[in-house]
Amino acid sequence: MEFIRSVIALYAERWQWFLGLLGDHVRLALTAIIISGLLGLLIGVWISDRPKLAPAVIGVCNVLYTIPAISLLGILIPFFGIGNRTAVTALVIYGMMPMVRNTYTGIVNVDPDIIEAAVGMGSTKRQLLTRIKLPMALSVILAGLRSMVVMTISVGGIASFIGAGGLGVAIYRGITIYNPAMTFAGSLLIALTAIVADLLLGTAEKRYRKKRRMK
Amino acid sequence: MAEAVIRFDHVNKAYGDTAVLRDFCLEVPEGECLTMIGRSGCGKTTALKLVNGLLTPDSGSVYVRGQDVSATDRIALRRSIGYVIQSTGLFPHMTVGKNIAYTPSLSRMWDRETERLEVACLLKTVGLEPELAGRYPSELSGGQRQRVGIARALAARPSIMLMDEPFGSVDEITRRSLQDELRSLRDELGLTVLFVTHDIGEAFRLGDRVLVMESGRISQLDTPERIAAAPADDFIRELIEDRK
Ligand SMILES: Nc1ncnc2c1ncn2[C@@H]1O[C@H](COP(=O)(O)OP(=O)(O)OP(=O)(O)O)[C@@H](O)[C@H]1O
Ligand SMILES: [Mg+2]
Repeated sequence: MEFIRSVIALYAERWQWFLGLLGDHVRLALTAIIISGLLGLLIGVWISDRPKLAPAVIGVCNVLYTIPAISLLGILIPFFGIGNRTAVTALVIYGMMPMVRNTYTGIVNVDPDIIEAAVGMGSTKRQLLTRIKLPMALSVILAGLRSMVVMTISVGGIASFIGAGGLGVAIYRGITIYNPAMTFAGSLLIALTAIVADLLLGTAEKRYRKKRRMK
Repeated sequence: MAEAVIRFDHVNKAYGDTAVLRDFCLEVPEGECLTMIGRSGCGKTTALKLVNGLLTPDSGSVYVRGQDVSATDRIALRRSIGYVIQSTGLFPHMTVGKNIAYTPSLSRMWDRETERLEVACLLKTVGLEPELAGRYPSELSGGQRQRVGIARALAARPSIMLMDEPFGSVDEITRRSLQDELRSLRDELGLTVLFVTHDIGEAFRLGDRVLVMESGRISQLDTPERIAAAPADDFIRELIEDRK
């Protein structure tokens, strides 16, 4: 109880500081989300009609995904130095896996009869991709995007250990000055941001499915 | 008789080691409705897919309007041939209207207003209410879906229709009315039709000629009357007897 009161007091007292950190955090996460979203989508599409290459690419993404965040950041420092650039790079590397895997799975699982109908009716390769494959894979791709967004926002919390901005700064400062309330306050905001993002994307997905009368 | 609209010239086609079509020769004159019947797996679907270039012959050639399919612009060829697949293959993420307008939209043939009018007209042609245009395929019955499949194949005003068991999953009465509609459409539009079916009654009712297939070869090709009078093999004889 005492602890919660001190967290609330901290928010009340330093709300501007927290707001600034929140802004930095969102900016950092959003940069990584946009890059890994686009890159992951492109790679997923690219391997979707290269069945020989696909398992290798997805395997690499899986391996990258299992590297502990702290050590990935450590490995990147010699190449990119410390700061936001390294943090974004690490987040993009993590974000690859859910995006590539879901884009690939979504596309290769489109009903082959549907593809055949579309080709038989005279679609070019590009028209087949943009009008049939991608829209039909969209809900699987959106599910990948959702888990990638949530992960990026929460892993973004440790980016400040290598000098990047964001709510991790509050966590890190709380640890160094023995102020658990501050660490908690930062973590709570990260969790809330992730939940809000997840809800927003979930609503978008539901709306899409409803519009297309999909179950 | 003028040059055949569809011509198979000594076509061989195999999947791996299994031959599916063997030295297949066939000429379909303009305006004919040719029905194809034969055991499951005898190569009917394969023959249709050679016409719109979804498959290529291992040897021999297929000609459509005198053009060798493997040497022509296949995208353009496919847009000029109506194709109704065995499982209807409607696009689940598009409305009925967008499904029907699919081929014309690939070459931006219709503006929005034209699309609305054409879709309504095509729906009427296949005996459906124009109001269905806004629905999604999952909201239709099996028979309605098959009608939409036909409307979609007709949209780009093809002169050739390839129909692979288009009336597979509907009851007998719906099937009859779809057959009647197809026949009057064919007369009205002068379509050349290749029509695959498992139903001998349907093959006889719709076909100007009936092609009986047996493991990749033509075992009989004649008018319904003559096939009924003198069936060339046991398969067709059994089918005819079953019907009685
Ligand atoms: N992609 C493929 N790979 C290998 N074999 C195939 C392939 N497609 C078809 N076949 C085989 O080729 C043969 C002919 O197939 P096809 O689809 O033309 O038969 P069909 O006459 O249309 O049969 P049905 O009446 O059941 O639709 C079958 O034995 C089938 O197993
Ligand atoms: Mg078939």
